[in-house]
Amino acid sequence: MDSLVAQYTRPAFSEAGQSQEEQQGLSQASPELSLKFALPPVAQSASWLRAMTDDYSNPNCPIKIAHGTTTLAFRFKGGIIVATDSRATAGNWIASQTVKKVIEINNCLLGTMAGGAADCQYWLAFLGMQCRLHELRHKRRISVAAASKILANLVYSYKGMGLSMGTMCAGVTPQEGPALYYIDSDGTRLAGNLFCVGSGQTFAYGVLDAQYQYDLSDEDALELGRRSILAATHRDAYSGGFINLYHVKEDGWVKHGFNDTNPMFWKTKLEKGEFSNVTADLV
Amino acid sequence: MEVLLGITGKDFTIVAASKAAMRGATILKASDDKTRELNSHSLMAFSGEAGDTVQFAEFIQANIQLYSMRNSMELSPSATASFVRGELARALRSRRPYTVNLLLGGYDKIADKPTLYWIDYLASSAPVPYAAHGYAQYYCLSLLDKHHHPDIDFERGMKILRMCTEELKRRLPIDFKGVTVKVITKDGIREVEYEDDVKVVVP
Repeated sequence: MDSLVAQYTRPAFSEAGQSQEEQQGLSQASPELSLKFALPPVAQSASWLRAMTDDYSNPNCPIKIAHGTTTLAFRFKGGIIVATDSRATAGNWIASQTVKKVIEINNCLLGTMAGGAADCQYWLAFLGMQCRLHELRHKRRISVAAASKILANLVYSYKGMGLSMGTMCAGVTPQEGPALYYIDSDGTRLAGNLFCVGSGQTFAYGVLDAQYQYDLSDEDALELGRRSILAATHRDAYSGGFINLYHVKEDGWVKHGFNDTNPMFWKTKLEKGEFSNVTADLV
Repeated sequence: MEVLLGITGKDFTIVAASKAAMRGATILKASDDKTRELNSHSLMAFSGEAGDTVQFAEFIQANIQLYSMRNSMELSPSATASFVRGELARALRSRRPYTVNLLLGGYDKIADKPTLYWIDYLASSAPVPYAAHGYAQYYCLSLLDKHHHPDIDFERGMKILRMCTEELKRRLPIDFKGVTVKVITKDGIREVEYEDDVKVVVP
């Protein structure tokens, strides 16, 4: 009986899978990330960073991180609309009015930046690199699901260390069609039809949710994206500058300009009679 | 204000999880699935710190599936619960613990019994006939104490779940956008259509 049992049972772990080296080799199909950062010479770099950068509790903090944004992206019949403002602020200081908050990862994939400007710029550029490497290794373009997961796992590995980013990955691939993902520095990754991210998100949601339908025409969708960002730039002090508009279609994304919000605001006001709380007359 | 509910009965376990994914003052998604199937007869529902939840659930899911592949058999619900609790306890004593609360619904094919485990982020684990996590505990446990019996059938189970979700809709200050409901029986796991747009009034 014992021999019979022995013949048909396998020890739980002894011959499970490959040897230690083989496993190491497999798990590192992509070379180890050699990301060596210079860290401040303190014991707790995360809490140190928090202390140095917390503008809210200490207005005189020595490092002011560029923050504050409105970005949005939504899926509809004709693909995906991606729109952002272009303002970067560091505390109360407007550091730039001409930031490109849409990162072109490849000709079918876009990423958006909200939160820490440096974090977003660095890690989305890094994501672009990983996507290109995936393309070279596997001889086909990476899916949006996979690309967004690379970023989500990456930021999760730095969780609690002070990264600050809220990004969206939008793209079209033959396998998944148009796909939209939200990723933030908590490690959250969500697929969805419509997201707004940044300090002006609530204002953008207000306009967008009210008129959003999946069956929007291309023109209406572009206009709605533009108008939602305009609404946010009007009400949110940390959003403004130019509106960066993209349309992701089946055969790649198309850029629809980088337009100043100021003439756009006055045009909207004067031609459509919106923003009626703003008056041009002296009272 | 995430809601997790679990109810066992004669031959089933019902697991319900709220559909809202919230960040700050915004609901980012109203159709979020806060459950993962570990194997054909156990389902894990999770809530807690953003990021940790999905990361932990998928880590557990992968390891349970790896076990099934290596040993050509599925881990029983009680063994699964022990493993999950163990991993949570190990992480709790590490530099960065997982802040995740869990309900583990299952069906033990050997004992021919439905099972439900309540596990919290401090790695307490308890087999229970019915359970809730978060604010849902305050509203639903009393209701379940009154209406639950071990030998209820599936229809009765769904009735009790309906009482729970309606009470939550009535009294929770924040909308949790309804629940996804999954049932584990001896035939496996299935999702149940659950009507969420029933009007409730606060008397």
